[in-house]
Amino acid sequence: MSALVDEQRLEASPTRDPKLPRIKPHTTSEIKAHLRSAKTLWCPGCSNGTITRALVDAILGLQLDPEKVVVVAGIGCSGRVSAYLDYSTVHTAHGRALAVATGVKAADPSLHVIVAMGDGDSSAIGGNHFIHAARRNIDLTALVFNNSIYGMTGGQMSPTTHLGDKSTTSVYGNVEPAFDLCELAHAAGATYVARGTSWGYQQLASVIAGGIAHKGFAMVEAMAICPVYYGRFNLTADPAQFLKSQKEHAVPADKFAEGETRSHEHYPVGLLHHSEREEFITALGRIKELAREHGDG
Amino acid sequence: MTTTAAAAPASDAALAGRAVLLQGNEAVAEGAIAAGARFFAGYPITPSTEIAEVLSRRLPEVGGTFIQMEDEIASIAAVCGASLAGAKALTATSGPGFSLMQEMIGFATMAQIPCVVVDVMRGGPSTGLPTEPAQGDVMQARWGTHGEHSVIALVPNSVEECYTLTVQAFNLAEQYRTPVIILSDALIGHMREAVVLPEPGSLRIAERGMPDCEPDEYDTIASTLDNILPRPPLGSPFKVHVTGLVYNRRSGTPDTSDPAAAADLGRYLREKIYHHRDAIVRVEEVEMDGAEVAIFAYGSVARSALAVVREARAQGARVGMVRPITLWPFPTQAVERMAEQVRTVIVPEMNIKQMSWEVQAAVNGRAKVVDHGRVDGKLITPEEILELVRPEFPYHRWEDA
Repeated sequence: MSALVDEQRLEASPTRDPKLPRIKPHTTSEIKAHLRSAKTLWCPGCSNGTITRALVDAILGLQLDPEKVVVVAGIGCSGRVSAYLDYSTVHTAHGRALAVATGVKAADPSLHVIVAMGDGDSSAIGGNHFIHAARRNIDLTALVFNNSIYGMTGGQMSPTTHLGDKSTTSVYGNVEPAFDLCELAHAAGATYVARGTSWGYQQLASVIAGGIAHKGFAMVEAMAICPVYYGRFNLTADPAQFLKSQKEHAVPADKFAEGETRSHEHYPVGLLHHSEREEFITALGRIKELAREHGDG
Repeated sequence: MTTTAAAAPASDAALAGRAVLLQGNEAVAEGAIAAGARFFAGYPITPSTEIAEVLSRRLPEVGGTFIQMEDEIASIAAVCGASLAGAKALTATSGPGFSLMQEMIGFATMAQIPCVVVDVMRGGPSTGLPTEPAQGDVMQARWGTHGEHSVIALVPNSVEECYTLTVQAFNLAEQYRTPVIILSDALIGHMREAVVLPEPGSLRIAERGMPDCEPDEYDTIASTLDNILPRPPLGSPFKVHVTGLVYNRRSGTPDTSDPAAAADLGRYLREKIYHHRDAIVRVEEVEMDGAEVAIFAYGSVARSALAVVREARAQGARVGMVRPITLWPFPTQAVERMAEQVRTVIVPEMNIKQMSWEVQAAVNGRAKVVDHGRVDGKLITPEEILELVRPEFPYHRWEDA
């Protein structure tokens, strides 16, 4: 069992994007007040606790009413976050979190709906829902815990496992190229796209907060580490070494040149894409007005 | 749960009380609105599409939401989400889409989410006969999702029942916190009949209540079979957790390591329906007084069966009909009563033996069961059924109808 709170992680803080809300890290007791339990089933060295804490920090930093926060999660290691957070929470079926969240947000637009998913959850089994939620520009915050592997089932390759990587279902090396989830979301129409890492804690909290504050579909990719499966098969089983590799691989978005080649060892972090267009629930409200006029006439 | 006579919106009032020509699918849509449904998510599929089309126009008029989703999996998932956020919600589909929905019907069953799923049955399997009626999904409705569970399924046989059973489906869904399936078919869905819709206020509408306790007490109280507590909506001070995992029935927290908790939940999910079987199950019995032969027929086939009963009785042959309006839970008591009375039960259905096996199990040797199935997309005619009835009256002189 690993705890959700680790004071040492808080010290790491990469460059902050000036356009994003600055999130002051809250104390452990403030964080714990938003948790049903600080005991998790995540493996030692897993970064899901760090990402969860960053989410709570973002919610605290934005001063959201906790009663109006809803976390809808899929299935996998990331999905378990729904049981730990002390908000209204839904642990849905594998891949279906965004579709369920679409119904939640449409039925009660006053809610802040955050959708926690894994990489396979969001882009393999849930890939269809992912691109369509982005296309609709519905006001949800998709938080993807990307550890490049199926952890809960014991280390199988996912759509974000890199070419050549080893997993329990790619023992000779993965022959499939990986998705860049941020570019996928952008191409599908997401109006806020950002990436953070479990190493860059404050930036991660900041991009999550920016996503929640954004009115429209926000995609936040949290680069996670899975030392037990992904790391052991590929990079390193040492969580500290794994975290350090994120520091080396992540480049602040403003220092990343246009057209520069991206790879899993060289990728931009921070706010990657931001635009404004009519949000889906707002558009539905407009339709209701039209329909009422039509009904009256 | 509380029951109120909800005021229907103005455009409903305009329809009520006088005969209107409606299609079965349109009647489902109007029934849903009358029942208080304010959310629909769906995906176009023949022969159910009119339900989506009508609701895309009607729901926004009454302040509701229509969303055309990317597939049927997303449709039922969005329906679950909307219901959890407090809305009465439905989706409508046909066989191929119904198959895709089984995953989230299981989630709704496990997580006890009230919702309505309309399956306008067509010929299958696979793409099958998209425009032709069938009754091949009756067992899928019962056992389509994996794992032990119970389900409520209603079978309309007229346009009027498309309306009234949709209202009833929402009431049952709210009362028992469960998905309710309406098994219509391509004939019932596309048929037009003159119907007189109920006056606004005359319908019994079940509304979702709030539990009568403080938020911090909620996790310590478990529903009983006779007192099924409503779940507060997402975004309330109750801060509920909803999961598809096996959970502790009091706290709602996942509990997959305690066999006793799993057994408690598993039995509860079944018994909360079966314990109330008498209240849920509705059966129509026609000319069963003194009947020697009974036709067990449901949905559109029951219309042909009714014609046979009328013809046989006119000719002095004692034939009756038992028509399940509730197909699941299975109307075991009504079938047992029938088995005690008649010598033969004829089961015509637009599938091969799906319900006749169930009838046979309940009859349990007390009467002969004659099954008759069609899977060519064509209706079972009164003449066909009459051909099965005649040999059961070997000494009767039949005149040509």
